[in-house]
Amino acid sequence: MSAFATQLVNLCAAVLLMVTFVMIAQRRIVTLIHLYTLQGLTLVVAACVVAWVSGQPHLYGSAALTLALKVILIPLLLHRAVNRLNVRWDVETLINIPTMMIIGIVLVVFAFNLTLPIARLSVAIAPGTLGIALACVLLSFMMMITRAKAVPQVIGFLSMENGLFFAATAATYGMPMVVELGIALDVLVGLLILGVFVFQIRAQFDSLDIRQLEKLKGD
Amino acid sequence: MAALTWLLCLPLAGALTLARYGDHARAAAVNTLFSLAGLVAAGRLAQAVLANGPTFAFDGQFHVDALSACLVVLTSFVALTTALYSGPYLAREQVNGRMTAPRRRLYHAMYQLFLFTMLVALTTNNLGLLWVAMEAATLATALLVSVYRTPASLEAAWKYFILCGVGVAQALLGTVLLYMAAEKVVGMEGGALMWTQLNAVKGSLDPRIVGLAFAFLLLGYGTKVGLVPVHSWLPDAHAEGPTPISAVLSGLLLNVALYAVLRCKVLVDGALGTPLAGHLMLGFGLLTVLVAAFMLAHQRDAKRMFGYSSIEHMGLMTFAFGLGVPLANFAALLHMGMHALVKSAIFFCVGHAAQSCGTQTMADVRGLVRIDPLLGWGLVLGTLAIAGMPPFGVFTAEFLLLTTTVRELPWAAALLLLGLAVAFATLLARVQAMVFGDASHAPAARDRSRLPIVAHLGLALMAGLYLPRGVADWLHAAADVLAR
Repeated sequence: MSAFATQLVNLCAAVLLMVTFVMIAQRRIVTLIHLYTLQGLTLVVAACVVAWVSGQPHLYGSAALTLALKVILIPLLLHRAVNRLNVRWDVETLINIPTMMIIGIVLVVFAFNLTLPIARLSVAIAPGTLGIALACVLLSFMMMITRAKAVPQVIGFLSMENGLFFAATAATYGMPMVVELGIALDVLVGLLILGVFVFQIRAQFDSLDIRQLEKLKGD
Repeated sequence: MAALTWLLCLPLAGALTLARYGDHARAAAVNTLFSLAGLVAAGRLAQAVLANGPTFAFDGQFHVDALSACLVVLTSFVALTTALYSGPYLAREQVNGRMTAPRRRLYHAMYQLFLFTMLVALTTNNLGLLWVAMEAATLATALLVSVYRTPASLEAAWKYFILCGVGVAQALLGTVLLYMAAEKVVGMEGGALMWTQLNAVKGSLDPRIVGLAFAFLLLGYGTKVGLVPVHSWLPDAHAEGPTPISAVLSGLLLNVALYAVLRCKVLVDGALGTPLAGHLMLGFGLLTVLVAAFMLAHQRDAKRMFGYSSIEHMGLMTFAFGLGVPLANFAALLHMGMHALVKSAIFFCVGHAAQSCGTQTMADVRGLVRIDPLLGWGLVLGTLAIAGMPPFGVFTAEFLLLTTTVRELPWAAALLLLGLAVAFATLLARVQAMVFGDASHAPAARDRSRLPIVAHLGLALMAGLYLPRGVADWLHAAADVLAR
């Protein structure tokens, strides 16, 4: 049974990595939000599988929290924001998409190599997924720095947090509940504050292009 | 532990009260009163810890030892004086039309909330909660940086939020890895994120996992410390936010972020048995000192320049903690306190001067001593102190650091001296041009906001001339916590 569960978690990890890759290539903002929802759903499945195998009841709690927050509430907030801001497409990314894909592959290889020696030492059921989690974090980070508009940057930020959550679930059976709750609260409040910023930036600059935010330089 | 409960509940209650009544005419006084009560609680807590040793509270989730106690007292003190300063400051901003009633309410509520997150970060025993509190501190201050809603302040706040968010996310990954290493030793049930538990078993943590974890933790919390190359949010956030926020960012937030690094370093040192963690900190610290010292000369905005000076000093402290010998730890702890006091005093002077002159561009301000003698001389003395001149406490700390470095790593001492000399020359040249000569603006208003400047510089002077035995013993006890 445990071998089957390991396969399931590995499958979730693969889905997560694929979705993150698709995110990098995607310029339509509504699709980005759908992809983010899919990531959240994958995390819920992964958390449930790990909870079932390991018999850690608090993981069901964290799965429920993820479902409420990352599959329902945050996508809802994002959809509403996008409708009110009336943004549909991101402009051309700073690096073109095929190049980003190649850099992405390099990042994945790097992440696997970095975590390979320690993944074998984990006691959790699917330690190999740590590399994938780190790869997702790095890919989301790359997405953040190459996007020019505010909303895709925010989605990149949220997707990075998903990668971290996956690392915590798959490699360590999840963090203690009090920490999970704190992280969830931070993410939610952070999203709301980012939302406030996005509307303020739009009011000030009449645009959501982050490239306008380049007045403050080091000299 | 009653004092700890008070310490944590007061700012939380303050935040709730001020979220409701923060635009009231007496809100600034209420803010100060909550901070004063907090300082009293911090004092009682420190007294208890020094008399009876480390204490635990709330089911072992919170833990206060000599190291956290001295930062708790420093944090509460600077929070009080800054609250005292911010009352008249905000009133003047309201006259200038930059502050409105809703913004005042936001400011007061977030100020107490920020204080709460800092105190939780300092007193928690749970490394996960430490992370949550550090992230919450970013959230609380991000809206304060953009409170004026100018394009520049929005840019600074966005940069601050995104960079620190990304940085702190790396620290979460580091925490997860640390947890992974700990789970194998402590087991799933037994609080594998509790610092005291980890400290007890640190020798048996897996060195490979812990080494990788520290790389992420240092990069993550290092973003908030302001270490080069992940420092670029810091000067913007210091320059564009309200001045009291610049003061607490420099005086409190940077210290607490460094504290988070130190807690992790103790565990990593024990697990690795090699000075790898220290070497990483030495490298980052030295790079930070040099880059920041040379960047000082390029600044035109006074608050930006002192933001870079904060980066330089955080680099010095990181370097000192990286050396890892008891004397260097002692010097760095003293440096933390002195830098917090002196730098916030400088920001108080600069902020007040910027308000009465209507600009914080250094070239536009002349003859500050004639505009207002206390502000002018306060800025001169503060700059001399921060540049490391005797008889102020920063000199004592830097002198101890340099003598230790000459003994441990002679080649690095030369580079440190270079950084210090460049910073000294730049700061003095810039400030000298601002304070002397004919007055460029009308005299400044005189009010209560001048008291904190005198208090901070007075304490820094006293620490330089005579460090009371009790304080020195306390710092030694705190340095012992960090001993390898």
